Amino acid sequence: MAGAPRLTRDDVAHVASLARLHLTEEELELFTGQLAEVLDHAADVAQLDLTDVPPTAHAMAVTNVLRPDTPAPSLDREEVLAQAPSVEDHRFRVPRILGEAP
Amino acid sequence: MTAHRSAFGLAASVRSGAETAAEVLEGYLAAIDAGDGEIHAFNLVTRDEARAAAAAVDRKVASGEDPGLLAGVPVALKDNMCTRGVPTTCSSRILDGWCPPYDATVVIRLREAGAVMVGKTNMDEFAMGSSTENSAFGTTRNPRDTTRVPGGSSGGSAAAVAAGFAPVALGSDTGGSIRQPAALCGVVGMKPTYGTVSRYGLVAFASSLDQIGPFAATVTDAALVFEAIGGHDPADSTSLDRPAPRVLSVLDEGMEGMTVGLLTEFLDGVDPDVVARTRQAAEVCAAAGARVEEISVPEVRLGLSAYYLIAPAEASSNLARYDGVRFGLRVDAEDANAMNTATRSAGFGAEVKRRIMLGTYALSAGYKDAYYDQALRVRTRIIEGFDRAYRRCDVLLGPTAPTTAFSIGAKSNDPMSMYLSDVCTIPSNLAGHPAISIPFGTGDDGLPIGVQLLAPALAENTLLRAAAVIEAAAPVEGGRR
Repeated sequence: MAGAPRLTRDDVAHVASLARLHLTEEELELFTGQLAEVLDHAADVAQLDLTDVPPTAHAMAVTNVLRPDTPAPSLDREEVLAQAPSVEDHRFRVPRILGEAP
Repeated sequence: MTAHRSAFGLAASVRSGAETAAEVLEGYLAAIDAGDGEIHAFNLVTRDEARAAAAAVDRKVASGEDPGLLAGVPVALKDNMCTRGVPTTCSSRILDGWCPPYDATVVIRLREAGAVMVGKTNMDEFAMGSSTENSAFGTTRNPRDTTRVPGGSSGGSAAAVAAGFAPVALGSDTGGSIRQPAALCGVVGMKPTYGTVSRYGLVAFASSLDQIGPFAATVTDAALVFEAIGGHDPADSTSLDRPAPRVLSVLDEGMEGMTVGLLTEFLDGVDPDVVARTRQAAEVCAAAGARVEEISVPEVRLGLSAYYLIAPAEASSNLARYDGVRFGLRVDAEDANAMNTATRSAGFGAEVKRRIMLGTYALSAGYKDAYYDQALRVRTRIIEGFDRAYRRCDVLLGPTAPTTAFSIGAKSNDPMSMYLSDVCTIPSNLAGHPAISIPFGTGDDGLPIGVQLLAPALAENTLLRAAAVIEAAAPVEGGRR
């Protein structure tokens, strides 16, 4: 992006919170410099005028892949749940999600 | 180090009953026991499972059943391919101890072809890296010089084949992760056309770029494994609905009448000894009756920047699933959000965190247009550039990596310099095209150099024909290629 401001420490802290990552002060410092360097390199892409060029999300595009609607076995429930960190009544157990517990 | 035996020859020998799959397996397990303490190609050696699989092959041979194309061939599997009931870690603490409840399609196909999985190989965490130093379980050493990296991210698979721990291996290639380690370890590594090998059960890094492919000591063995694992899979919606690849029959057809484009952009910023070997490989093509010309595809210069926006963007989305809920690590905390954050912060290594943040940033409001969307348009331009080149040329030729294997630690604190080791491999992933690295002599430091052939989508036949010609004329030094 032409004239984009360089990535700041606050930007990195914000992005980390969006990505559910907690960074130490040292990590924040280190990553800010390293990510800014990568984005500086990407300036060659960001500065091009490509308004008339269509985007490519997939090089070998295939669309509307459907399968016949026939029942087939799913993964074994016990085998799947055996890999979960915490299980209760055949369900994944998680800490509370909303504010105060009832 | 055991002498390299061809997978093709091993399978023929086992099928004929000249030796048993069990005998073959014990030879490779002994090589692993003797050498992997130093190399660390494997995260896990699956001795018991391998012995059971070899016994099953031997029972088939004894009863007169067809034991398959890869009968009794030991194969090493990158540790990002799901193996039911066998730990699959992606060399990450966040998946340490996880046992998938299903097999990847490639695992099923290898088993059906009679192959014997000997273990899960070390890699850069979640396939993010070019040296295998980003593994949470320690680095892999290059068998050709144990002070050097094996390349990455499939460094364990490349090292396993180079060290004679397995005749063939599978890796995954998102930006060069098969071809670059193949070059640095002196083995063959192939990335097939996107969609020709199922990704079902391959732990996702960047879904529009990831592709599974073979490592082998020879082009023939790579072709053999590609035939065994390729072909349509309804379980992968991006799998191409086409007949299974048949490439072995064309390998000896030569290059008479082909046009080879020496890709000039790939010679810039590359070490002089690597350039010299690449030009020597071009002469081999010419001597085999191909027309060789220099060709420029300026768009590939933008590949590195586009890749380091697209791949992290896709990764930031794919890796959102590691939230401590359904599998893998959980670090407990007072509520779900804090638990997610504590789990991810403890479970991911530094490079994975960097890429997740880079991708999250490139997709975030205010920056998506300038970074991610712009990179997708560059991807179109790169495909157009290749299309133009392939109107004149059947294949393109260049180096695989800009240097030979670098020292362990040399680039581990400098992400940008590490990223540059993929500059010649990334464009094929962005275009979805097939490419292969072929060992071609050594550099000034005596370490292996790989030359790379690129071809249009689904032109694996042409690619492998040309690769066989280059392989047959590769300089042999010190009795080793």
